[in-house]
Amino acid sequence: MNARLLILLGALLPLPALAQGFAGLGQTTNGYALPERGTALHFPDDHGAHPDFRIEWWYLTANLTGPDGTPYGIQWTLFRNALAPGDPGTGWSTAQAWMGHAALTDETGHRSAMRLARGGTGQAGVTAAPFTAWIDEWRMAGQAAQGDDPLSALSLSAQGADFAYDLDLSADGPLVLHGDAGFSVKAETGQASYYYSQPFYRVSGTLTLPGGAVPVTGQAWLDREWSSQPLAEGQDGWDWFSLHFEDGAKLMAFRLRGRDAGSAFRSGTWIAADGSATPLSPDALDMEPLAETRVAGRAIPTQWRLALPARGVDITVQALRDDAWMDTLVPYWEGPVRVTGSHPGTGYLEMTGYE
Amino acid sequence: MEQGRAMLLKVEQVEKSYQSGAARVAVLRGIDLALAAGETVALTGESGSGKSTCLHLCAGLDRADAGRIAVAGQDLSGASDATLARLRRDTVGLVFQQFNLIPSLTVAANLAFQARLSGRHDADWAARLADRLGLSALLDRYPEQLSGGQQQRVAIGRTLAARPALILADEPTGNLDEATGDSVLDLMLELVAETGAGLLMVTHSTRLAARLNRQVHLRGGRLA
Amino acid sequence: MWRVALSALLSHWRRHPLQLATLLLGLALATALWSGVQAINAEARASYARAAQVLDQDRLDSLVPARGLTHIGQDVFVTLRRAGWQVTPVLEGQWSRAGNSVLVYGLDPFTAPAGSLPDAMQGEGRIADFIAPPGLAYAAPQTVEALQGVAGLPPLVATRGMAPGMLFTDIGIAQTLLRAEGRISRLLILPDQPLTRPALTDIAPALERRAPLQQADTAQLTGSFHLNLTAFGFLSFAVGLFIVHSAIGLAFEQRRAMFRTLRALGVPLRVLVGLLAAEVMLLALAAGLVGVALGYAIAAALLPDVAATLRGLYGASVSGSLALRPAWWLGGLAMALAGAGVAGGQSLWRLWSLPLLAPAQPTAWARASARALRWQGAAAGALAVIAVLAGVYGSGIVGGFLLLGALLISAALALPGLLALMLGGAARLARGPLAQWFWADTRQQLPGLSLALMALLLALSANIGVGTMVSSFRLTFTAWLDQRLPSELYVTARDMAEAQRLHAWLEPRSDALLPIWKVEGTVLGGPAEVYGVADHRTYPDNWPLIVGRDDVWQTLARGQGAIVNEQLWRRAGLSLGDAIPLPGGAARPLVGVYADYGNPKGQVIIGVDDLTGLYPDVDRRRYAIRTDPAQVPGLKTALVDEFGLPADNMIDQGRVKEISLMVFERTFLVTGALNVLTMGVAGFAMFTSLLTLSTMRLPQLAPVWALGLTRARLARLELGRALLLAALTMIVAVPVGLLLAWVLLAVVNVAAFGWKLPMHVFPTDWLWLGVLALAAAGLAAAWPAWRLARLSPTALLKVFADER
Repeated sequence: MNARLLILLGALLPLPALAQGFAGLGQTTNGYALPERGTALHFPDDHGAHPDFRIEWWYLTANLTGPDGTPYGIQWTLFRNALAPGDPGTGWSTAQAWMGHAALTDETGHRSAMRLARGGTGQAGVTAAPFTAWIDEWRMAGQAAQGDDPLSALSLSAQGADFAYDLDLSADGPLVLHGDAGFSVKAETGQASYYYSQPFYRVSGTLTLPGGAVPVTGQAWLDREWSSQPLAEGQDGWDWFSLHFEDGAKLMAFRLRGRDAGSAFRSGTWIAADGSATPLSPDALDMEPLAETRVAGRAIPTQWRLALPARGVDITVQALRDDAWMDTLVPYWEGPVRVTGSHPGTGYLEMTGYE
Repeated sequence: MEQGRAMLLKVEQVEKSYQSGAARVAVLRGIDLALAAGETVALTGESGSGKSTCLHLCAGLDRADAGRIAVAGQDLSGASDATLARLRRDTVGLVFQQFNLIPSLTVAANLAFQARLSGRHDADWAARLADRLGLSALLDRYPEQLSGGQQQRVAIGRTLAARPALILADEPTGNLDEATGDSVLDLMLELVAETGAGLLMVTHSTRLAARLNRQVHLRGGRLA
Repeated sequence: MWRVALSALLSHWRRHPLQLATLLLGLALATALWSGVQAINAEARASYARAAQVLDQDRLDSLVPARGLTHIGQDVFVTLRRAGWQVTPVLEGQWSRAGNSVLVYGLDPFTAPAGSLPDAMQGEGRIADFIAPPGLAYAAPQTVEALQGVAGLPPLVATRGMAPGMLFTDIGIAQTLLRAEGRISRLLILPDQPLTRPALTDIAPALERRAPLQQADTAQLTGSFHLNLTAFGFLSFAVGLFIVHSAIGLAFEQRRAMFRTLRALGVPLRVLVGLLAAEVMLLALAAGLVGVALGYAIAAALLPDVAATLRGLYGASVSGSLALRPAWWLGGLAMALAGAGVAGGQSLWRLWSLPLLAPAQPTAWARASARALRWQGAAAGALAVIAVLAGVYGSGIVGGFLLLGALLISAALALPGLLALMLGGAARLARGPLAQWFWADTRQQLPGLSLALMALLLALSANIGVGTMVSSFRLTFTAWLDQRLPSELYVTARDMAEAQRLHAWLEPRSDALLPIWKVEGTVLGGPAEVYGVADHRTYPDNWPLIVGRDDVWQTLARGQGAIVNEQLWRRAGLSLGDAIPLPGGAARPLVGVYADYGNPKGQVIIGVDDLTGLYPDVDRRRYAIRTDPAQVPGLKTALVDEFGLPADNMIDQGRVKEISLMVFERTFLVTGALNVLTMGVAGFAMFTSLLTLSTMRLPQLAPVWALGLTRARLARLELGRALLLAALTMIVAVPVGLLLAWVLLAVVNVAAFGWKLPMHVFPTDWLWLGVLALAAAGLAAAWPAWRLARLSPTALLKVFADER
């Protein structure tokens, strides 16, 4: 993608990873719907799109292993962005813009691709039941048996110029609602989003790399989130962890960075192996960068220490590839990580807003 | 130019002929001539006797068919065009019957022209010359605004301004009436004497020739 | 030494400012016309290139509808994207209303190739406004200005660097503007494609893959037009060079004494020649700069008309404002230097090879001896042979111009000889000493004036030739328009349903309702339109066929043949009976050819039933209505009342003719302007020649004066001499001009536009041109003659005093 077009679209599409910077998400929300505490989520309806809200995403990451034990990571993301509030319109004039990101990371490198489309023509969209999310030929499609949650089994595919993947996912745990029954607060000033996950996928399938096809297995994590103003004024970006521990427990943890150091807003969810979720209070978590790497001209923390004293968690999180850089409209860091320490495991790390 | 007692101009057995229609006319049939520094020589002869041809050969304006010409020790026979041009610029001064001033330049510019061309311009000397030649009041005029006598005085001044070792003059007063011609010649001889140059002057007038150190007469292509 | 010698050489110009002005002005004029034409061409080419570069179409393969379909369904785009093909849709079409017409270009910014959008679009932060109705339209500033106040368009955003005459809108907005909902013109294939994609034939069999547009269609179509302009510019340049040649030659001759003096004073020949060459180049540079500036002015003045012509004739949009492009102004300077080099080369060579003591007397600078005349005559003969060979064996536009060039130069070279013969004849017939002197003296002056007279001949011939061509064209074109536009009213429905209702309503209210339905596509390798005609007597009655049998129209009605326009017929070298392959694979035998002036595209006509059979989705909204002309206004009002049909959707015969003729007139406006300028240059050449001659002629005139002629009488004779020479030149120019016209009509036009025109002759025009030529010569001679009349007797006396 050419930089100038990116600026064009970037300036216009206030998607989470776009040119106004991540701070753009702190814009006002005139005319868009806002998340409200106490609103119950309904499934399968809420698997689908919420066009009244400004932004929304279907965000899947997977930690995979080849036959020889080689670790891989893949990302499949579909962003929805309402360019204008109100009636989404039809056909070409629809105000619903879509963007897909896909990536495949292994120890030798990080490959990514991006797609843009608008809703209304059929080029991209999401349907709740049967569940399908697509942009161009990239697809996340529900394969669940009648009566099961449509997200409990998925087929997933995407490709770029130098990679492709085709995976089957099936969940062996329930959906997990973050925050207060899915109402996830993002700032002291009350900005929030609706946020739930399906972190219990078992994965099998095939990766296509320049060297040929690789059969893989592993686990995956799907995040669903929608809002109209998830960041508060003065928040620049975030560091976000989704970790699978070997003992079956999971941890979602994030830190929203303020413009002045120390004003970070921390939050997270502890997910037990049986799927029961416990929201973490802002001071329960300790997150600290240990080492930075120069990536695309920026200093990116690629090694972290995470501590959750209440659960006896004290771990080091290390990026599989330091250069897991998503060179998209507005670039960000997103890649698989290895976890060592009290709770070894794998996971994904996303870091945005580093300039 | 320190040439000792060497001759300033030395002409030995020079021959020259021209194609005229179908016939070849021999103009010079082997002439010998020598001229020392400070000496003035008149070259006389009837019209068509080859006086001007002889002078042109000495100036390097034309080449001899046979024989040898040396000016200030420089042999002209084998010299390149560029060498001849340098000789004319630095060593020789020419005064023509047709004054051959540059019509688009002022009197002052014409006077200084050759001296500047040869890099020997001397403002004091030029001013003195102009004064002596009676041109001081005419410096800003153009040649066409001058009388014939005035024009020839400019031409003489132009030659002398560069202080050449050898002056070659071709009927310098031929276009002037007798009185004007005499006064111009007087002036020229005076100035030549002052600069110590050698002078070879072509004239058909024995009266004028008599006023020079020595006379040679050209007849039938030979000097008498 | 260099400096001193150079200042002496240059001092000549200080003393002869008029000569300097002549040289500079001549070269500047020549350069001006040349670089002006080049500037126009460069601007046009830049506009075409900009249009071709939109969305990188000059680099990207595209997918176009196959099998004669007119468009691609939008669903095909979605199908391709969802199969992994990275393609982006384009919808293109002409939008017109109330006499305003603009090319609407719809694109999808989400899938458009990286960096392909106009720069200014990138900085704007308004994609929501761009895609949501009424949308935004980006256009070149002059296009925005031209469309100011036109209703029905999205808000316009002036954007630098965009091709003029184009609007960029979102594809959805474009579909609405062009009434093409759900339609796409073509798909561009992006350079980066993912790993795996199904074969195109499996998912979109109705598409054809096409290589990138190497050159815009318009650039090809308009190529011959620009070549025409270039030829004109070159002609003007050549005429200008005559002036320069004579001015430089004169300056050299006048300074021959000075050259001799300089050399006598010791300036080497090499230095002298070097200095003179440097002087010529210096002057050329100065004149070239002035010329380029003048050229800019000329181009800026003509460009709007050229742009209008190109739009009318070829549908090509060209910026109406001029940019200073290095390509043409450097080219202009180079032409000035080269021209001065050519003009001065001969003089320099003569100086180089001249013996030092050669007579320094200023001779007439172009004294042509009998030998020179013979040589010139031989060259003229050789060129005439080349012209004949080019006419017989040459082909295409290059052959045509070779023929033109050889013809003109041959005529110019032969002119002095011809004039000498005529004057010699007159001298033998002359009675009385004065008449004899007049003729002999005129003949003696010929060498000095021949260059100017040759320039005059070129200008006059070009005028006659181009004038004859334009007038012939106009006569033929208007007659053809009368035949070709028999229908009284033309209507376009807004959609198919309305078209059906219109048809039903009009049927009983008109003599006939003739469909004007067409599909566009590629025929025999070029862009073409395929029309269907109804079986109606309108066509056999009115359509002039160039080739074809009587039963052509019945054959078409039976779907058993096709007729093509002249340009396609000539381009493809077709003969009757040849199969004409139609877009989509069908073919029909050729049964006739018709004249189709002013159309750059190929055209095929088949029966209307045949058309709808081959192309079921053909646009069927246009009709021609045959009715009583008196009924037309009432019918129009009724159509507005009944159907609310916008005025733009109806056009009557008169208006179509008016527009066509306007386009025609505009087309030749530029040609006319260049013609006048060339005449002006030739007149100036005459003036400078006479002026310089007048200063050199005193020795010839003084004896005549001394023998008892007054100066005024002499001046009148001088004037008469100039007029006489101009008149004789005019007489020679007429046949040359007619030959030129024939070449333009029968050779160049066929190559350039694809049609041949009958030649008509307009002797009154020549009379007028003759008067103009005499006026030019008279004006040119007036001042020198006036100076002669006022010359002081002392100046004449000096001739006797000077020993020459």
